[in-house]
Amino acid sequence: MTPIRLEQCADREKDPAEAWHIGGEHLLRCGNTNCAGCGMSLGLQLLNQALGVERPMLAIPACCGIVTAGAFPNSAYGAPVAATTFASSAAVASGLVTIERLNGQDTPVICWAGDGGTYDIGLATLSAAAERNEDLIYICYDNEIYGNTGGQRSSATPEGITTTTSPFGKGERKKDIMGIMAAHAIPYAATLSVAHRDDFLRKVRTARRMHGFRFLLMLSPCPTGWKSEAEESVDLVRHAVGCGLFPLYEVYDGVRYRINVRPDGTPLEEYAARQRRYTGSQVNLKHIRERIAEQWHRLDALALAFPAAAGNDCAHD
Amino acid sequence: MPRVLVTGNQAAGRTLAMAGEANRTARGCCAGAYPITPQTEIIEYLSAHSFSKGRVVPVESEHSAMGVCIGASLAGARSFTASSANGLSYMTENVFAAGYYRLPIVLLAVNRTLGPPWNIWVDQGDSLALRDAAWMQFYTDSHQDLVDTILLAFRVAEDRRILLPALVALDGFVISHTQMVVDLPTQEQVDAYLPPCHVPHRLHTGRPMTFGGLTWPRETAHMRHEIQEAMLRVPEVLTEAIDEFEKLFGRRPVGALETCETTDASTIMVACNTMARTLRNLVKHRRERGERLGMIRVKLFRPFPRQEMRDATATAQRVGVLDRNHSPGSGGIFWQEVAASLRGRSDLLLQDYVVGLGGGDVTEDCLSGIADDLSSRSAEAEPVWEEVAL
Ligand SMILES: Cc1ncc(C[n+]2csc(CCOP(=O)(O)OP(=O)(O)O)c2C)c(N)n1
Ligand code: SF4
Ligand SMILES: [Mg+2]
Repeated sequence: MTPIRLEQCADREKDPAEAWHIGGEHLLRCGNTNCAGCGMSLGLQLLNQALGVERPMLAIPACCGIVTAGAFPNSAYGAPVAATTFASSAAVASGLVTIERLNGQDTPVICWAGDGGTYDIGLATLSAAAERNEDLIYICYDNEIYGNTGGQRSSATPEGITTTTSPFGKGERKKDIMGIMAAHAIPYAATLSVAHRDDFLRKVRTARRMHGFRFLLMLSPCPTGWKSEAEESVDLVRHAVGCGLFPLYEVYDGVRYRINVRPDGTPLEEYAARQRRYTGSQVNLKHIRERIAEQWHRLDALALAFPAAAGNDCAHD
Repeated sequence: MPRVLVTGNQAAGRTLAMAGEANRTARGCCAGAYPITPQTEIIEYLSAHSFSKGRVVPVESEHSAMGVCIGASLAGARSFTASSANGLSYMTENVFAAGYYRLPIVLLAVNRTLGPPWNIWVDQGDSLALRDAAWMQFYTDSHQDLVDTILLAFRVAEDRRILLPALVALDGFVISHTQMVVDLPTQEQVDAYLPPCHVPHRLHTGRPMTFGGLTWPRETAHMRHEIQEAMLRVPEVLTEAIDEFEKLFGRRPVGALETCETTDASTIMVACNTMARTLRNLVKHRRERGERLGMIRVKLFRPFPRQEMRDATATAQRVGVLDRNHSPGSGGIFWQEVAASLRGRSDLLLQDYVVGLGGGDVTEDCLSGIADDLSSRSAEAEPVWEEVAL
């Protein structure tokens, strides 16, 4: 195959969108490289559904999510993608959205980043873009691990979990990225569950209707890293929500909270026992249950003291 | 054309602002802004400027300053930023990304010593460390050269045959913080000189392509080779840009190399930036004494003008290179390039002088000592450290 030369790159000004048969195409197309049961595949399908025919621009840093696209000149994303350096998705997206808006275009510009690019190396960039209230939707698909490099700990990895760089079980707790983002007083921050479709779609659409910095955190099953079964991914997320480990909630302007789904009494074991990452000797379920209780105590107090307006989506609609 | 008294930083800021403004008829402009001495006034100037279609983004780091430029350029805008020393090092990952993305971004590098130890004075080591990043690199010797070169840089970078980013370097403090009278172009002139910026591979929602994703070795090698081909086209495109510049502005900026008294020179000294201006005075005085001394100022460092270097040194028996930078374990970086250009010239004595590191004053006296050393040498030696050895 003769490689495509930059000089032959289709000339956008002379090259209408129709030529690329893009309308109605799926955001995640055939030929993507995601593992079976990957949370990203589920998340991107729901994202696609929430956006409808509208096509976003994506900024994706180094992570499994950029490998998803496959090798040049193919791209499994049904949208244009800037593959950014690991720490830079929010900065590159800031540049993209600046120019789109200066040209009167309301294109949704979306960062699609892993937990490594969000909680760790990209945190300063993310924080700065949030502080500037850039008109972006930032989605972190959180598989609680550096998946792309073969399963190392990140600051999103839960306590006790064994990874290749926490071989004796991670000694530190998972970072509260929602708390960090809420502290930036951004217009909207919310958690997403691929097992709660309507809630997921509503939140993405809410985010889409708003302007300014919007942060969405999605728990993203990773059968490869979690050592779980591909067909159980959706159930795992359902259980994570059900046992209270992954609360579904929204924060408006960093101050008004709304809890969307309460724990339903699902035992933590339903979630933990189906993943071998949770079976190491350092994992202490009793301890995790205490953390869950603490987390809900805090969240309930916030939602009670600073409730988001009843009904839907506050004044931003 | 207004003649104004400005510092180098003011001249750079005003020229960048006019270049950005000139793209209001196309996709607009965007700059990332983050401070570091001695560059800070450039981004301060830009931040205070009001663009009809542009935005300066006050980022949290140089890494993100270049990240924002990349995003804006990928959205089709004219984009630019400025930095120095550790800011350039911190930016490095995205500097490479911009080059490999083939985005026509312009980066002002106000040369400063890389720390530690902390030293804010001039040294070219900061921008030279970016020499392999697929960027053109221009080294300027005066306020006027700076203004003119910024305009040339946009013009060449955005040329469809090139599509490579350009770094324009100036000496920290010696240029950035001193004032000189310059012919500053008007906005109308800049509008006339810079065609609307057109990034053919910009992102567009109608075009589902991934830029910068996975490539196999063969595709990667081809992409790198395309960059090399584009680099080889730079001299020709630069000359065209200079011709156009002359028509519009009535003066002719230096291109790849500036030569002075080289045609019959037996000894030639090579330098860049303001050192070359001092060198010019030395050449004048030595010529008055009948010495056949000449000089070459390297303005274009990437792509390195090898053929021009060979031609300009054709008559010389001795060439001395002045390097205000050092690559530990090797020597001066300009010297390495000159040596690569002059390989095969067994008749020639080529000597490197590491001089003015960390911003040490390079006076005519100092260069005079080097000229004497060069003409009295019987053989080449390891790079001579002027401050240490002479
Ligand atoms: C500056 C830099 N350091 C390290 C890497 C190597 N690297 C690529 S992806 C990755 C981990 C990504 O983890 P995460 O963001 O959680 O995404 P995931 O792979 O889990 O989807 C690392 C360490 C890199 N690309 N760039
Ligand atoms: S390693 Fe995990 S996150 Fe990466 S593609 Fe596979 S399942 Fe998805
Ligand atoms: Mg991850």
